[in-house]
Amino acid sequence: MPLEVYFNVVIGGVLTGLVYGLMALGLSVIFGVVRVVNFAHGEMMTIAMFIAVLAFSALHLDPLIMLIPIAAVMFVFGYALQVALINPFIRRPEHTQFLLLVALAIIIANTLLIIFGPDARSVQTAYALDSFQLGPIIIDAAKVYAGAAAILFTVALFAFFRLTLVGKAIRACADNYTGALVVGLDVQRLYALTFGLGAACVGAAGAMLVLVVDVTPMLGPSYTLLAFVIVITGGLGSMPGALVGGVLIGVTEALAGLLFTPSAKSMFAFAILVLVLLFRPQGLLGRRLS
Amino acid sequence: MTALLSLDAVSKRFRGLIAVDRVGFTVPEGAIFAVIGPNGAGKTTLFNMIAGAVAPDHGAIVFAGRPIHGLAADAICRRGIARTFQLTRPFPALSVEDNVTIGALLRRPEVGAARERAQELLHRLDLFDKRRRIASTLTLPDRKRLEVARALATEPRLLLLDEVMAGLRPTETDRMVVILRALNRESGLTILLIEHVMHAVMALAARVLVLDHGTMIAEGTPETIVHDPAVVQSYLGAEAV
Amino acid sequence: MIARLTTGVVRRSTVLLALLLGALVAAPWFVNDYLLTVLILILYFAYAGQAWNIMMGFAGQLSLGHAIYVGLGGYVAATLFVRFGVAPWLGLLAAIPIAAAAGAFIGFLAFRFGVAGVYFAILTIAFAEFARIGFDHWDLVNASSGLFLPVREYAHNDLWRLRGDPTMFYYVILAATVVAFALCRLLLRSRVGYFWLAIREDEQAARAAGIDTFRYKMYAVMISAAVTAFAGVFYAFFYNNLFPEQVFGISRSIGIILGPIIGGVGTLFGPILGAFVLTGLAETLNSVMTAFGLDLPGATQVFYGICLLLVVVALPDGVWPPLARRLGVAEDGK
Repeated sequence: MPLEVYFNVVIGGVLTGLVYGLMALGLSVIFGVVRVVNFAHGEMMTIAMFIAVLAFSALHLDPLIMLIPIAAVMFVFGYALQVALINPFIRRPEHTQFLLLVALAIIIANTLLIIFGPDARSVQTAYALDSFQLGPIIIDAAKVYAGAAAILFTVALFAFFRLTLVGKAIRACADNYTGALVVGLDVQRLYALTFGLGAACVGAAGAMLVLVVDVTPMLGPSYTLLAFVIVITGGLGSMPGALVGGVLIGVTEALAGLLFTPSAKSMFAFAILVLVLLFRPQGLLGRRLS
Repeated sequence: MTALLSLDAVSKRFRGLIAVDRVGFTVPEGAIFAVIGPNGAGKTTLFNMIAGAVAPDHGAIVFAGRPIHGLAADAICRRGIARTFQLTRPFPALSVEDNVTIGALLRRPEVGAARERAQELLHRLDLFDKRRRIASTLTLPDRKRLEVARALATEPRLLLLDEVMAGLRPTETDRMVVILRALNRESGLTILLIEHVMHAVMALAARVLVLDHGTMIAEGTPETIVHDPAVVQSYLGAEAV
Repeated sequence: MIARLTTGVVRRSTVLLALLLGALVAAPWFVNDYLLTVLILILYFAYAGQAWNIMMGFAGQLSLGHAIYVGLGGYVAATLFVRFGVAPWLGLLAAIPIAAAAGAFIGFLAFRFGVAGVYFAILTIAFAEFARIGFDHWDLVNASSGLFLPVREYAHNDLWRLRGDPTMFYYVILAATVVAFALCRLLLRSRVGYFWLAIREDEQAARAAGIDTFRYKMYAVMISAAVTAFAGVFYAFFYNNLFPEQVFGISRSIGIILGPIIGGVGTLFGPILGAFVLTGLAETLNSVMTAFGLDLPGATQVFYGICLLLVVVALPDGVWPPLARRLGVAEDGK
């Protein structure tokens, strides 16, 4: 195969990986602060994807325009979910939390199935078939837009956590729960905000992903798994880690699809996960836990 | 008396902070030996190294003639050293009797025999009437006694007690002193204890080691220790002895 | 042996168990074919849930990838049967060690490298996914097009080759469930059972009590995997087909563990009760939907999810512990 093909695939993988990274960032933020593993993460993303599809088919609104509205809707969804359902479960054993979120995932996936039916849906934008050409390298325009939007959204989130008071308070909660209580932070509200932000990440990622892949109601579990793989590879709770992990997994999958067969591509992602768990359990960019 | 446990220049540091610095002492077989010192003196770290919860950076720990430093906690228990935890760690959802039975199963693989042994020990520790209670519902003094019973159930030659008197009322402390002394006298059990309750230390220990900032500042009989100027200044000073 | 099985049991629970068992033995004479299939499904989940419970309920190791042992068991026995005509009971002799070895491999990596808690759970998912994708591309087992067992009308039930009518399968899975229940009870009352509970409750305290936690966690994974393997063999011969997507998929793993969690993790009767509740619920919903002429794919699942949600919110320890207290047959402190 000519070298350009590899370049094309790798760059495509990086761009898709950025969107994956944004999705995984949501999981990472939620786990890092609330300490709950969101097993309904993929299902939350399918909600966002269907909203994007619906907005496009009914109102001809481009997913790029819908990015912020969808993220906002998902923020409200996540916030409400934390307040209403997840909060009482924070101190419960892991398997109980797991069951709660699995129940939620089942409800979401099948509600989508009732509303939209089992068929795959996609968004056919005007630029769906466009591409940019840089010398011999050809890149899908949709992937470039998706990747760029993912970077912008991530940067905004970074800025929120670093620069705003609320963001700093949330980080304080993650570092030291008791300490946060002692200094009088409203931990419950911060947790709800965090869950909302995590949901907003996954919402934004979902809006971008419809530019690249089709959506079906049963897509959830595989994206939940993908998010786990990315977050653990990058380091749970590390924000740059989620992005790096996303890019790494995106490129790995793209190359595996090219060199082997597309249906086996997630096997390579899982291989990376197992190696990281065994040899660098804190993840590539994670801090070593004491 | 022969040495059951001896430490030679044992050190441990955590991220640059020296928790235990070249500590060495010898506990004779059948003795009751106390380690005292202010908070942060390195007592629990010392215990954790003997019990195998953490490995020492330097030095040697020899038990019954064989080096044990660096062995895992379970291997050390099987060699004959049992411990209690400063912050008690019973098996919370299990009954008192099951907690102790688990300890007894180490030497008595037959569940019936282990349960019998557990009941004997529960009698000794005044917990027999509470044997059906779930461990997490016990009061702190009962949890401390439960820890002692579970440790004893593993039939140790050396018992490590990490502040078992803390949080006990004076009458309960006296009762624990009586129980421990009887165990020591009847079966020749060697006891190494970390303790803040000086009254219990004076009543029990034949020898006392004083740690401060990870180093030994004195060792001797309880009487000489309480009059040692260095000890009085660093540890006992503020308290009325 | 018998004495050991029955010591310490409240007489009332013996009576209740005997009644339940009697009802289950007599069931084929009273129920129609559809209900019999539902009962088979319930017992299948009760059995597999019991097997999972050994690892999570007793030893506290959360496996979210138990489908790997179902899949391995099913594929080993079915492949031996289809390719070489080996009877499933002999195939089981190969399936059990293979599943146990897979469990040992995963357990060894996890426990030696200190992968615990959520990370352990995700590692088990990763290996199940590995197996799924691997089998999807393995031609010996027909890859993703699926492995089919020959289905013919049999003049009589052939128990040795597990070919026959649902009644035969019903009694096979009933017997297996009884054996698994008895095995779990024996294990829980033995030294290894107590050591598992100690590890589940507090691993560091367990080590301080002299328990070689690595070894006993390995036993838990291997025994759980071995017991689960039979569920796979049964699945293969009852349904006569195997697809990697179905037997290794995450939804199969979740299906196995919902029963014991709903019933009560760590209890002996929880997995059985949970299977009745969950499968009963799902089938009732299906029947009601059909009766009303509703054909809305997903509607039953949504309702199922809501019921699950309600149970987990209202009964965090599962259905069995409070029910057992009411019946006066609580499983003393475990």
